[in-house]
Amino acid sequence: MPLNFTQPLPPTDDKRWRIVSTTMRRHGQSQNALIETLHTVQQTFGYLDESALRFVAESLRVPLSQVYGVATFYHFFSLKPQGEHSIVLCTGTACYIKGVQSLLDVLQNSLHVKPGETTPDGKLSVVAARCVGSCSLAPVVLFDGELVGSITTDMIKDRLRRWGIDAA
Amino acid sequence: MLPEELIELAESRASAEAYRHRLYVCTAAGCLSCSGDKVRDALIAEVRKRGLEKEYLVKGVGCMGLCVEGPLVYLPGEDVLYGKATPDDAPDIIKAVGHKPVERLQSNTVVPFFTRQKKIVLENCGAIDPEKIEDYLAVGGYMSLHKALTEMTPDEVRHEVRDSGLRGRGGAGYPTGLKWGTVRKAPGQPKYVVCNGDEGDPGAFMDRSVLEGDPHRVIEGMAIAAYAVGANQGFVYVRAEYPLAVERMQKAIRQAQRTELLGQNILGSQFSFNLEIRLGAGAFVCGEETALLSSVEGRRGNPRPRPPYPAEHGLWGCPTLINNVETFASIAPIIRNGADWYSAIGTEKSKGTKVFALAGRIKNTGLVEVPMGLTLREIIFDIGGGIPDGRQFKAVQTGGPSGGCIPAQFLDMPVDYESLAQVGSIMGSGGMIVMDDTSCMVDVAKFFMEFCRSESCGKCVPCRVGTVHMHDILCKISSGKATLTDLALLEELTDMVKATSLCGLGQSAPNPVLSALRYFRDEFMAHIVDKTCPAGVCRIERPAEVMA
Repeated sequence: MPLNFTQPLPPTDDKRWRIVSTTMRRHGQSQNALIETLHTVQQTFGYLDESALRFVAESLRVPLSQVYGVATFYHFFSLKPQGEHSIVLCTGTACYIKGVQSLLDVLQNSLHVKPGETTPDGKLSVVAARCVGSCSLAPVVLFDGELVGSITTDMIKDRLRRWGIDAA
Repeated sequence: MLPEELIELAESRASAEAYRHRLYVCTAAGCLSCSGDKVRDALIAEVRKRGLEKEYLVKGVGCMGLCVEGPLVYLPGEDVLYGKATPDDAPDIIKAVGHKPVERLQSNTVVPFFTRQKKIVLENCGAIDPEKIEDYLAVGGYMSLHKALTEMTPDEVRHEVRDSGLRGRGGAGYPTGLKWGTVRKAPGQPKYVVCNGDEGDPGAFMDRSVLEGDPHRVIEGMAIAAYAVGANQGFVYVRAEYPLAVERMQKAIRQAQRTELLGQNILGSQFSFNLEIRLGAGAFVCGEETALLSSVEGRRGNPRPRPPYPAEHGLWGCPTLINNVETFASIAPIIRNGADWYSAIGTEKSKGTKVFALAGRIKNTGLVEVPMGLTLREIIFDIGGGIPDGRQFKAVQTGGPSGGCIPAQFLDMPVDYESLAQVGSIMGSGGMIVMDDTSCMVDVAKFFMEFCRSESCGKCVPCRVGTVHMHDILCKISSGKATLTDLALLEELTDMVKATSLCGLGQSAPNPVLSALRYFRDEFMAHIVDKTCPAGVCRIERPAEVMA
């Protein structure tokens, strides 16, 4: 470690960067904490933008390429801002057998969003998850993180209406 | 904490819990999603309203298994189980305690779903509050660690586990005692213990339920393992998709540290052990042990060739013991009751019990723990209640994307590691997805190949390119555009990918296709030759539409 190393300053004076710095400090600024740190950034800011990746890379002294590699390798990290609301559809085997495809079709036909996309007005993000481990309630959807089982297309439409999203 | 203090604390907790009536409310993820926590709060409010706090204990517990009937309320004293309870039912439930149970809510507890199970790993799930270490202590928690540290040498602990016949519950079934021995003997310090809680198999949720329902059991198992192999640091790798499991595990670790059951000189011995959580980030390949280690080190989850195995060359090049959540959860009872007790359960080569997650087209979806060697028929039809809506059983999928579909002709086969491998599937982590005649096997094969295609880490060519091509061919078949040449090519590809891929993901990726081809070849032929989908799932365009 170079003796003259100083911690870089956060990209903005947003107070939330302190949470990120705390995570890194708790792990002793160790390079092993890269994934933990990215989790904190995503939890705090909703997604990972370039300035965040650069800040984390410099703070942990990890090459930026490696940070970018990790951020794009894992499905959980998003490099784009997420919509105001999110629908996570479980596409695990049990949900697949019980017809999650028809739910995806509904969203695609009515809002023209595919899994991994956000509506142009930034209101809704649709995510396809691999398996959220609630297979006994299949098909399962997370509305803004709240798990709901035995989902029907009507339940999705109903929720969209409550969020004020116009599903034609 | 000293050993005497632990015993004293456990006893005082056990007597403090001497309520006249107990009501357990399931607060695992499944029941939480249908307001299990609100039912618990309503019951607590009702008890308080009636001023019965001293006599009635209401508490949230881990998964009780019968998720389909959630939210569940169980009265252990009366052996009464209520299903689909709502907060509005609270007054009726409390009023009926000690009298005739509320009929409209009552679930039968003498059905095979409950009577045929043998709970070892899940014995505390559904009986203790997972967020309280006191609850775990009251049922004899950490007494196995106490026994190991005070009465046994590390070698004796290892021999006990070896003699119990316990095999890795992550799927491959490697003898646990043998693995511990390799780590123990491996030169190099420090040594690490890692718990694989990256339950990526779609359709499996056993590890989740254990982590959410009895996290201290996993900690205790890991501490005993660390003592046996000579490690002082452990990591629990949990998927980020399981936020509740992460939260409860974190809480459990903090509680164990505060009561000095983790840390320096545990229970007054020379043994020190600490534990950290590492979060996964949504990569199936991280369930593979070398990829998992890479992820724990904060890097991309790329696997590397084995040998050297992690037991000799793992985290940061040090000897590392990796076991699955369920394996660690089996350790405490083995130490408590002895190897002979454990090895008396199960079959000749597969000892003990296995937790299965029942899902798909089956009546009693949920979590069950059964002795090894029960037949598929007993698990699916007796315990699982069979297929709903009068439909016909078609196949059961075990082992997720690395396993295969087992057709009806093998329903009477005993479930153990060897038998499942013989019919082209694997035990896997324990997911069982039941399919009826509304599922198309070509479509299912396509589903799993799509999964493997997008989860392939891209490091080795056979897996990265092979899975894409296999998926393309399966798409072609399911849309009725394939020829018999495509089928021949698909079979050639499966052999190539299986034989030449770097890690378990690629080597087992063709399994779902192979087993589908082995048992349901006629369905493939129907798609290719007759251009029809017998189950009516695949959208096959008629030739006329293709022309237009």
